[in-house]
Amino acid sequence: MIQGVQIDLISSERLENLTTLEKVRLILEKVMEGNVVVLEKGLTPDEQSFLIETTMREITPDGFAGIEMETYSAGSESSHKSGGLFGGLFGKKESSTAGRLTVIGPANQMKTLKKDKDLISTWVSSK
Amino acid sequence: MSFLLKTKQRFAKLFGGLFKKKQMRIGIYGPPNAGKTTLSNRIVRDWTGDAVGPVSEIPHETRRARRKEGVKISDEKGNSITIDIVDTPGVTTKIDYKEFLEYGMQPDEAVVRAREATEGVAEAMHWLREDIDGVIYMLDSTQDPFVQVNIMLVGIIESRELPVIIVANKNDLPDASPARIKSAFPQHPVISISGLEGNNVDELYEKMIEYFG
Repeated sequence: MIQGVQIDLISSERLENLTTLEKVRLILEKVMEGNVVVLEKGLTPDEQSFLIETTMREITPDGFAGIEMETYSAGSESSHKSGGLFGGLFGKKESSTAGRLTVIGPANQMKTLKKDKDLISTWVSSK
Repeated sequence: MSFLLKTKQRFAKLFGGLFKKKQMRIGIYGPPNAGKTTLSNRIVRDWTGDAVGPVSEIPHETRRARRKEGVKISDEKGNSITIDIVDTPGVTTKIDYKEFLEYGMQPDEAVVRAREATEGVAEAMHWLREDIDGVIYMLDSTQDPFVQVNIMLVGIIESRELPVIIVANKNDLPDASPARIKSAFPQHPVISISGLEGNNVDELYEKMIEYFG
């Protein structure tokens, strides 16, 4: 039988319509099955905080051990996208603080996950 | 004393009590084994003579947030702040009980420690979202600061618009590189200390008065 790891690439459109709870559930359900999740658009700081908290509640001995995660920071690109003065005044704060492409996977399978300036690379073992 | 003056003082006392700013809660956050409890103990011992909790080289010794209320910190110029110090469990995205077996723990003991540690991290995140007014973010200056959990935590703190002082701890060790931490977080004040030896903690106290006062 061929051993492998499923990689789920989730579009920003799919994520946009989900609540924080739904996003975190979607990610964790996939990661707990042993999949690696790649988000086209990252999570906001509040969502990241909730993801850490929920991850902790799902950890079990000899089962799920948590997540590894890497992302490109929001940096200057998102501030340019915020729509200038009016974007800053009236724009949604959440969107301007959301990160960019994000990789999340099960901690016990992602043996290395590292980020250089513009390259995220990982080595993933099957279950 | 005239009736008018007495009345004025009574009103001032009444409204002063009603609108008095609550004591700032300063959370000490950071990854496991950065020296958070060592610093909490030093602050609390220096200013109240008490202690917050035990320390250990085994990760996740602190598994519950511990609060010490009413710690008054003063400088030589007579400036002071009174704060609550909240020592929090080290934040991470993964906990495996097998990690504790390497420190000679029995499996049962390691499983319990891991379970308590996961609850502690969840609790620390909850405190950060709900009950913290300022943060001391502790980093071990012998370690790489550019890891995702640090970037993520500082991002979360920034998004909540909380004042944050970054502490580059363990500057007594030969491999310490506070400069690397300064380059990782140039947007925040970085103070290099040794919580264990007490190096430079006076500068941290001055910065706390200036920043959280």
